Amino acid sequence: MSAHDHHHGPAKGLSRWLYTTNHKDIGSMYLWFSFAMFLLGGTFALVIRAELFQPGLQFVEPNFFNQMTTMHGLVMVFGAVMPAFVGLANWMIPLMIGAPDMALPRMNNWSFWILPFAFAMLVSTLFMEGGGPNFGWTFYAPLSTTYAPASVTFFIFAVHIMGASSIMGSINVIATILNMRAPGMTLMKMPLFVWTWLITAYLLIAVMPVLAGVVTMMLFDIHFGTSFFSAAGGGDPVLFQHLFWFFGHPEVYIMILPAFGIVSAIIPTFARKRLFGYDSMVYATASIAFLSFIVWAHHMFTVGMPLAGQLFFMYATMLIAVPTGVKVFNWVATMFRGAMTFETPMLFAIAFVVLFTLGGFTGVMLAITPADFQYHDTYFVVAHFHYVLVPGAVFSLMAAAYYWLPKWTGYMYDETLGKLHFWLSFIGVNLLFFPQHFLGLAGMPRRIPDYALQFANFNWISSVGGFLFGFSQLILLFVVIKCIKGGKKATAQVWEGAQGLEWTVPSPAPYHTFETPPDPSLIKAQ
Amino acid sequence: MLSKAKLWLSLALGTLIFWSAGLHAAWDLNMPRGVTQMSRDTYDLHMTIFWWCVAIGVVVFGAMLWSIINHRKSKGVQPATFHESTKVEIVWTLIPFLILIAMAIPATRVLTAAYDTTESELDIQIIGYQWRWEYRYMRESMDEEEVSFFSVLSTSREEINNDVEKGENYLLEVDRPLVIPTNTKVRFLMTSADVIHAWWVPDFAIKKDTIPGFINETWVIVEEPGIYRGQCAELCGMDHGFMPIEVHALERADYDAWYAQQQENVRQIQQLAGSAITMQDAMAQGEQIYNRNCVACHQAGGVGMPPVFPAIAGSAKATGDVAVTMETLVHGVPGTAMAAYGRQLNPIELASIITYVRNAYGNSTGDLVQPADVNAYIQEGQ
Amino acid sequence: MSNDVTSTNNKKIVKKLLLGVVGMFAFGWALIPLYDVICDITGLNGKTGGRVEVAEAGLLIDEDRQVTVQFMAHHNAEMGWVFEPSVAQVTVRPGEVSVVSYRVTNPRTTLMVGQAIPSVAPNAAAAHLNKIECFCFEEQLLQPGESADMPIRFFVDPNLPASISKLTLSYTLYDITEKSGKAQAVAVR
Repeated sequence: MSAHDHHHGPAKGLSRWLYTTNHKDIGSMYLWFSFAMFLLGGTFALVIRAELFQPGLQFVEPNFFNQMTTMHGLVMVFGAVMPAFVGLANWMIPLMIGAPDMALPRMNNWSFWILPFAFAMLVSTLFMEGGGPNFGWTFYAPLSTTYAPASVTFFIFAVHIMGASSIMGSINVIATILNMRAPGMTLMKMPLFVWTWLITAYLLIAVMPVLAGVVTMMLFDIHFGTSFFSAAGGGDPVLFQHLFWFFGHPEVYIMILPAFGIVSAIIPTFARKRLFGYDSMVYATASIAFLSFIVWAHHMFTVGMPLAGQLFFMYATMLIAVPTGVKVFNWVATMFRGAMTFETPMLFAIAFVVLFTLGGFTGVMLAITPADFQYHDTYFVVAHFHYVLVPGAVFSLMAAAYYWLPKWTGYMYDETLGKLHFWLSFIGVNLLFFPQHFLGLAGMPRRIPDYALQFANFNWISSVGGFLFGFSQLILLFVVIKCIKGGKKATAQVWEGAQGLEWTVPSPAPYHTFETPPDPSLIKAQ
Repeated sequence: MLSKAKLWLSLALGTLIFWSAGLHAAWDLNMPRGVTQMSRDTYDLHMTIFWWCVAIGVVVFGAMLWSIINHRKSKGVQPATFHESTKVEIVWTLIPFLILIAMAIPATRVLTAAYDTTESELDIQIIGYQWRWEYRYMRESMDEEEVSFFSVLSTSREEINNDVEKGENYLLEVDRPLVIPTNTKVRFLMTSADVIHAWWVPDFAIKKDTIPGFINETWVIVEEPGIYRGQCAELCGMDHGFMPIEVHALERADYDAWYAQQQENVRQIQQLAGSAITMQDAMAQGEQIYNRNCVACHQAGGVGMPPVFPAIAGSAKATGDVAVTMETLVHGVPGTAMAAYGRQLNPIELASIITYVRNAYGNSTGDLVQPADVNAYIQEGQ
Repeated sequence: MSNDVTSTNNKKIVKKLLLGVVGMFAFGWALIPLYDVICDITGLNGKTGGRVEVAEAGLLIDEDRQVTVQFMAHHNAEMGWVFEPSVAQVTVRPGEVSVVSYRVTNPRTTLMVGQAIPSVAPNAAAAHLNKIECFCFEEQLLQPGESADMPIRFFVDPNLPASISKLTLSYTLYDITEKSGKAQAVAVR
């Protein structure tokens, strides 16, 4: 492709989106897709919360309830959170490193467009005879093999496609970051969002193929008579869990590392002060990524591993608290003696630091193996991972959306509505998930459609919070549409304290940017 | 305008109060301390790490809140320019590390104790099924009567479907609880007949997966006689939420008496299984068994929930050859939710439920199946 | 702009990363044998192997020690076979060879094939229970109403950790009629 091809705008109509290789278009499509999936997965969650509003069976049958918990998890993890981060990577990484586009634009188009098909296939299983996947998003064998509904084959193919999409996306991110940086953009000058994504992409390349392997083994067990996970033929169901969590634990960090990058961009902007400890942030991210490969079996403390194994995984897991702690301390030190203002992105970022840390605390508690025997597979775990994923990953995504919306659309969003959205989400999310700690400690197992009477009060509160949080998200939709349609014109700089190349291009960012590399003097240490 | 706001407010408050009326008395916030050394140690670990977290939280969130209040632009402050300090960063890497070591030591001690399954006085097998538990007491000799039974949820469907008021132990009660002696080291050997389940009693701080084809073990010494309840903790299919655990811990003497009685019952059933039952008794007992074991899927009136759960009324399997009915009940239907009841029910109960499904809900084969017939079928297939 | 250089670099990096993807996919599969090896060494999952080739004579018997070996029998939920050990437990000295048999009956009206999977508790003892003769992982074909005795000949390794005085050997019987070559062979005949 030569430079003069670039000087036209986007094509018109549907073909613009179908054939586009423009990183901004593809980024936008990823973001819209993930928001749609967020609403869909949220709807499934509301079915769950409605059923759990009171003891007894009111709305759905237990089997359908299990399909809801499974689909909620799959859609949120693979459909909402991951594509949203990929969307941000597409939009922002080229702008942040001064590149004209992603390194592999045509593959970029392909990795987005296979996603809708994967999810159409996954969701269609709900309408098949025997119902959709009902074995939890962790799909433990043999419940997901010998005892699975017929639709499991479609689930397996859907996971294959999602995996292919993620792998292509990460290859693209790595190639872009390593090859396309503007002159002067050394690795240690890259914004942390780029750093965290680089590490995330490596994680994805390391574990997505393992997930593909696991579901392929399932496929063989179901259709071709092998016994990888069935004791009947000499296999071992626990092997499934080892393989799944070898993928699954790094996957957890795949969903949180880019969030660290976002928060590390927003807090300095609104504190008007450089990020504290940039180098240690990079090293902490790398150590977390490394540790993520040697802690997987802490998800399986109750399967009956030998004592030595339990101890190893307990110690390794506790270690993760150290680099994670460093990050939190650095964010607080960035705020310390800054000159802060509290626009919506900053509110979400501060809430992220507080509530993610709460999730981190329960994470350390869960690492203590004997205590984990009590917490494991209860609502305490549900509360833990929702604290790191909802007010963690999802809040960071919302912070990112508000932070960069003016750059994307060229208009300022409605600050009043943004703040309303923040406060309703903040109250809703805590009402929703905080009581679940109590439920778990009092003995309520996860993934049950009905519960004993002593769990009624906190479930009631949790459901009220769930509906509040869920419906508040429509405000975000409204704010985004309003912002696209118009509003106060945004400047190139947008935020007083913002640093980085993306703020040197006009708002909205032109269809093509950095076709000639930026002036190296613009590239400053973060 | 104001009165309208007031109206809305009172409406909202009214709704809230109306809803709150449905709230229950229990506001349990924390883990139970339990009734074993293990559970108390676990509780102490849990509280220690909790207070560490609270302390760290106070410092971190305190510093943050202080910055948010004082270092805001609206107060006219100028931002500082510092952005790194190796000394500070080393300190806050080391401190958490030391706290973690302080936590790891007691955790290792408790975990090591949990793994010491030696020197047990009583061994019990726990076998998970979709969706019930089987308990088998290990014998020293095959000549002793084997005490083994299934433990099934006893909460009625009416309670679950909100047709009647829910009892105190809603969803945490079973027909036949596990009985163990107090102050005795009881070792549990766990496995599963289908998918993975997990056996969990919070008061014992025991949670262990039951894995098909493999044996897991754990142990307990219960100090207080009493009734302890738990649930299956690993998603195991449709009725995962409906397979509770109920354990009765008895003083040693009471336990011994109970165990002797169970062995006596086994002998009695062996004798009774040889004698004939009447149609009336079979139908009465059959109805009870139906309401306990079958009604969840096959529904009241035997109408089922086709296509997943077939109707019993008018079904070919219930009205045709008696051997087919017997096979379905005794061995279940592989690949479906229809469980095998051959081990779960005794021959008298099996004879009753077979007779019942062949003569209820409009089915009228008129035949009476005898325990001896069932016994012969289970042992020799005829 | 050095577009050409960038695109060659891109190609190089894509190749490397694709190699990484393929490598990790292979690694996922390699974990299966790796897991078995680790299990064999550590007794991770309590799985015991098939029979071992050991000369029966010449084993050193530890006269001062007694170990109780318990026997359990299970089968998957719908199989319906009657499956029982001949004794509930035996007390042996480490190194001493014992024989115990399991009796199995097929009371069903069709020909069936079963396969027994052994498991030992505690897991740490799995590597120390040596079977000279056993029916582990072997297909057992039974005609309707037929019975069979399945013996195991075993000894406890004198290196069994001193803390362990009781072993449990459990067999789980699985219905593998549909997958079995034996059943098909009979059906053809």
